[in-house]
Amino acid sequence: MINRLSPFLAVMLVVGYAFLYGPIASLVVYSFNASRLVTVWAGFSTHWYVELMHNEAIQRAALISLEIAVIAATGALLLGTAAGYALQRYRRFRGRALFGTLAIAPLVLPEVITGLSLLLLFVALEQAVGWPQGRGVPTIAIAHITLGTAYVAVVVEARLAAFDRSLEEAALDLGARPFKVFLVITLPLIAPALAAGWLLAFTLSLDDLVIASFTSGPSSTTLPMVIFSSVRLGVSPQINALATLFLVTVAVLVTLAGRLMNRPEPKS
Amino acid sequence: MTATAAARPSAAAAHLRIEAVVKRFAPDAAAAVDGVSLDIAPGEFFALLGPSGCGKTTLLRLLAGFETPDEGRILIAGADMAGVPPYRRPVNMMFQSYALFPHLTVAQNVGFGLKQDRLPKREREARVAAMLDLVKLGRLAQRKPHQLSGGERQRVALARALAQEPKLVLLDEPLAALDRKLREETRFELVRIQHRVGITFLMVTHDQEEAMSMASRIAVMSQGRIVQLGTPQEIYETPANRFVADFIGGVNLLEGRVLRAHDGLIEIDSAEAGAILVVEHPVLAAGSTVAIAVRPEKIVFAPPAAAANRLEARVRGLAYRGEASTYEVELASGKLLRVTQVNAVRQAPAYAAGDSISLGFAPGAAVVLAP
Amino acid sequence: MSAAMRRRAVLALPYAWLTLFFLVPFMIVLKISLAESVIGIPPYTALLATDGWQLHVSGESYRRLASDDLYALAYLNAIKFAGVSTVFCLLLGYPLAYGIVRAPRRWRSLLLLLVILPFWTSFLIRVYAWIGLLSGNGVINNTLLALGLVHQPLTLLNNAFAIYVGIVYSYLPFMVLPLYAQLEKLDPALLEAAADLGCRPWRAFCRVTLPLSLPGIAAGALLVFIPAVGEFVIPDLLGGPNTLMIGKVLWDEFFANHDWPMAASVAVAMLAVLILPMGFIRRLLQGETA
Repeated sequence: MINRLSPFLAVMLVVGYAFLYGPIASLVVYSFNASRLVTVWAGFSTHWYVELMHNEAIQRAALISLEIAVIAATGALLLGTAAGYALQRYRRFRGRALFGTLAIAPLVLPEVITGLSLLLLFVALEQAVGWPQGRGVPTIAIAHITLGTAYVAVVVEARLAAFDRSLEEAALDLGARPFKVFLVITLPLIAPALAAGWLLAFTLSLDDLVIASFTSGPSSTTLPMVIFSSVRLGVSPQINALATLFLVTVAVLVTLAGRLMNRPEPKS
Repeated sequence: MTATAAARPSAAAAHLRIEAVVKRFAPDAAAAVDGVSLDIAPGEFFALLGPSGCGKTTLLRLLAGFETPDEGRILIAGADMAGVPPYRRPVNMMFQSYALFPHLTVAQNVGFGLKQDRLPKREREARVAAMLDLVKLGRLAQRKPHQLSGGERQRVALARALAQEPKLVLLDEPLAALDRKLREETRFELVRIQHRVGITFLMVTHDQEEAMSMASRIAVMSQGRIVQLGTPQEIYETPANRFVADFIGGVNLLEGRVLRAHDGLIEIDSAEAGAILVVEHPVLAAGSTVAIAVRPEKIVFAPPAAAANRLEARVRGLAYRGEASTYEVELASGKLLRVTQVNAVRQAPAYAAGDSISLGFAPGAAVVLAP
Repeated sequence: MSAAMRRRAVLALPYAWLTLFFLVPFMIVLKISLAESVIGIPPYTALLATDGWQLHVSGESYRRLASDDLYALAYLNAIKFAGVSTVFCLLLGYPLAYGIVRAPRRWRSLLLLLVILPFWTSFLIRVYAWIGLLSGNGVINNTLLALGLVHQPLTLLNNAFAIYVGIVYSYLPFMVLPLYAQLEKLDPALLEAAADLGCRPWRAFCRVTLPLSLPGIAAGALLVFIPAVGEFVIPDLLGGPNTLMIGKVLWDEFFANHDWPMAASVAVAMLAVLILPMGFIRRLLQGETA
């Protein structure tokens, strides 16, 4: 009785979700608009999708973004898993406070600061050791790995915190060495968190404008950078079409991931 | 059985020796395990009994190798376990939470340790089947743990701990997660299985009834130390001190001063009892202050007029428990005693609150506690 | 391999990576903020000149930071925009999170997913969506005009209002998620006990629910406030060309004026403002598991 949804909360739920999804819905609707004026409805058309198919600049940028995102997510998964594991399992080691800060700071730090500081590092490194020569895909990927590591670390740490340690102890007790325990017990049981972490790092990389702008070079214009410069010039139905494709892809992926994770959860 | 035999000699050689083991979790904290020494013979079913926080689980984890002792030694079958990691110890543990691997089937869980021993697949499967037969779970081999009932999971955990034929099986509150009825049935089952496999069992429990009904010997622990070691009967009938007397079953304590000793009896002047009490005890100097313990079921109502230790009291209340009733009675001094009477007939309890009664106990029914 | 060696092996790579690509860059930002802007590659002077060990520290960019009102205004604006948006996020996010907790159990995970979903879609695209809604001939104005509620299109874009909308919209999930996590842990029996003891629902909310959800409020507020202070995309796309927010100023110093030392000192000053709330959020996020 007391803990039911009150009319006020029900209204707020409707308002909240309308606020969250209204803009997205209008974006999708107007991607099918025949008119160049995004906001004046002139009939249904898939014209802008066709034009998008012929926009080579966007396609090139999309490929570059995907390449960076795959590298960044994979790198972040490796580093972030190790970082999250260390933070959760190693209660005391020298520099733990510093490590904890380093692992979580990219999460909240304004992107302009992260972007600027990484660029200045790359410039200084190039002067000092001659690497990296100029900036491009590798430097953006390094920047995105750093960003993604923080997210993966937080996800892995949270999953490990809820993990029943006696499962690992039982495996040790039955004769499995620590690395084997990690491989056959810990890893399979935190796999959903790892998948979520990878996807998170992947989308963050795919979506990032600010850090990529600082760390990119002339030949490495990413998709968000193309969108940004196009949007700055005004609203373009092609961007609506691109956004719609992006949303559909994300919705499908998230639904699939949800299906996978909502399989009857094994519990000990 | 053959491949493991080299690495893990037969259970008959098992022998656990704990020598003055101390474990502290922080340098300035009180020791969780404070100088425990213990010898456990091969094939024993041994229980560590104590309230939560007494150090019994820590001791178990020291034996399994999950914790390292700060002082002292642990020897299993003569081999010092110092520096031996959990995965090389000839010890298997049955966890309180069972710790069944949720992503593996029952058979894979039971065979997990055998796989680590690199036992050939054929033998492994035979062993797993034998273990599952032992705990009567053969038909559930392909299930996942979350598809099992609590009792079934408990048996999988046991089978897994036995599969490698360890020298010693550690059981951490093995029955705690079961409901009452199943718990009582499982006690016999565990003892039966232990007899069949002949492996040394070391069980940790906070339930005195469980310890007494299953173990051949019990160590009662309190604040990191062993306060009494003995058979269940020794611990129940001759508790060494107040803590043990109080922790193992209910007990009535009466204090007094020794008047004299003769013929293996001592006479105690007890103001609490309002009488001279006579208790069997070899010798005690006159004038010393003592406490005696009498179990509630050893007090009788309406003893013969000439009987020793006859006290007058008034019934304050009673708790009907079905097979027996427990009375709370008040002596003239205001001291409260508990008395348990078996409900041998189907009539209502013989006394009600407010009734005046006389009660008594035999000189051999009480035990003098160490000060 | 011993336990200590295993530890070192697990720690070495992430520690080294984060040190090289996160800690060292800050040192460099600090260093360059003390250099002078020059025309060249790279466009700043060296702190240690090649002719000797003379330290060439220039406080020039910090002097300008302090003397030019533009920077102070940009700072205060950023804090104001971020602060007010955080409050609105809380006002909208709290009932939302509470509503999800109170919703029927079978709806809950779907509702939660719907809050997270926008976070997985492009931030840039979500900000872009508001341009189409808010512009002079945008969806909102067209609707209002068609309904006869207004006769002139309202100015909704390129002003402070648009920035507030943009920040609240973009960062709402960051507010809802920690709040949901906190409220979900709340034992419903507590409210029943409060009611049983004679508390009316609103009072029970104020005396029980609200105090117990404070950690969630703090985490959500910081997760919104900190990145919002340094926000660049939202003021740039929705606030119009004359918006003064510190993240945008940093961007312009770097990309438009090519004044790297100035951009670096703006970053250092921004960090100085954010270091306290950042330390706080770390304790909130990592304290739970410690």
